[in-house]
Amino acid sequence: MDYIDPHIHMVSRITDDYETLARMGCVAISEPAFWAGFDRGSADGFRDYFRQLTEVEPKRAANYGIQHFCWLCINAKEAENVSLSRDVIAMIPEFLDRPGVLGVGEIGLNKNTRNEAIVFLEHLDLAAKYDQSILIHTPHLEDKYQGTRMILDMLEDDSRIDHARVLVDHVEEHTIGEVLDRGFWAGMTLYPITKCTPSRAVDMIEKYGPERLMANSAGDWGPSKPTAVPDLIFEMRRRGHAESFIRRVVYDNPVEFFSQSRNFNLRPRQSESLEHLR
Amino acid sequence: MSSPKQIFDETFLSMRSKLLDIAAALDRIDRAADGVAIEDPRRGRIDEAIRILAEDSPSDERAKKLQNLFSRPYDAKWRREFGL
Repeated sequence: MDYIDPHIHMVSRITDDYETLARMGCVAISEPAFWAGFDRGSADGFRDYFRQLTEVEPKRAANYGIQHFCWLCINAKEAENVSLSRDVIAMIPEFLDRPGVLGVGEIGLNKNTRNEAIVFLEHLDLAAKYDQSILIHTPHLEDKYQGTRMILDMLEDDSRIDHARVLVDHVEEHTIGEVLDRGFWAGMTLYPITKCTPSRAVDMIEKYGPERLMANSAGDWGPSKPTAVPDLIFEMRRRGHAESFIRRVVYDNPVEFFSQSRNFNLRPRQSESLEHLR
Repeated sequence: MSSPKQIFDETFLSMRSKLLDIAAALDRIDRAADGVAIEDPRRGRIDEAIRILAEDSPSDERAKKLQNLFSRPYDAKWRREFGL
């Protein structure tokens, strides 16, 4: 089945992973800007990172027939440095019109601090001013519930933010209901230990329905599995779900959400491409 | 939708294995404590989690309850505290 991974950090993955994803049916990915595992020292470090996301990764992906899209921001962890964050936010508009840039993300909170909230609000302002979609990171483990509620508070306080253009990622059983009830999109991250297993993610799909719900691998430099979305597909098939129902979660929903971004130009696989052989 | 029997057929051995892992880890902690009272608050949260799992009334909220148990509380007045 063709599928889209709406959240994966391919800058941290080897080229063989692109080949494996392609063999598993992945036709497109979206890559949010994130923490590299160390704090960068200057805005120029982010400028190079944004060039990597908008120039280098699309070419690596294209070699395997995968379309690459991305989101730009300074992540919540480095947002503790407000001065650096403001320099990076001021630079982002240079990149917003580049092909494949879908919006601002993954912004959010990490330890739910005042500085993180300040930078989150300034990212929201940037997104509103430039009419951008938003992809949100919610915190880890014990910080997730508190941080998610704080994020929802800030989103709802800004009347310029269209809830249908916001994807709140890494939802779990205790946060998914609030996110969907308020009209946002929700993403479930399939991780080996933290976040969701494929089984729990399918439980949530069955409980809440497929509307405005996606699943991703968030594959990165830590413990993660870039082929986690096919694991979800396998689990849904094992439980007897219809192919059209599965496809809605892993393909149609990402397409519907991303289509709100002006730089989203998915080229679906063309069966007609074999016409010349007939 | 699978029947309860089907789900047990599919998941019983996995659930059994995970429960044994928890039992063995608690045994290991007790051996390490060597009879001294365990002050670590995480032990209390594990005990509370096991109590939630053992609730015998029908529920499809056990996972959500465990998530809430392992979460920091949310205070709706956080913006006032932060001056935002």
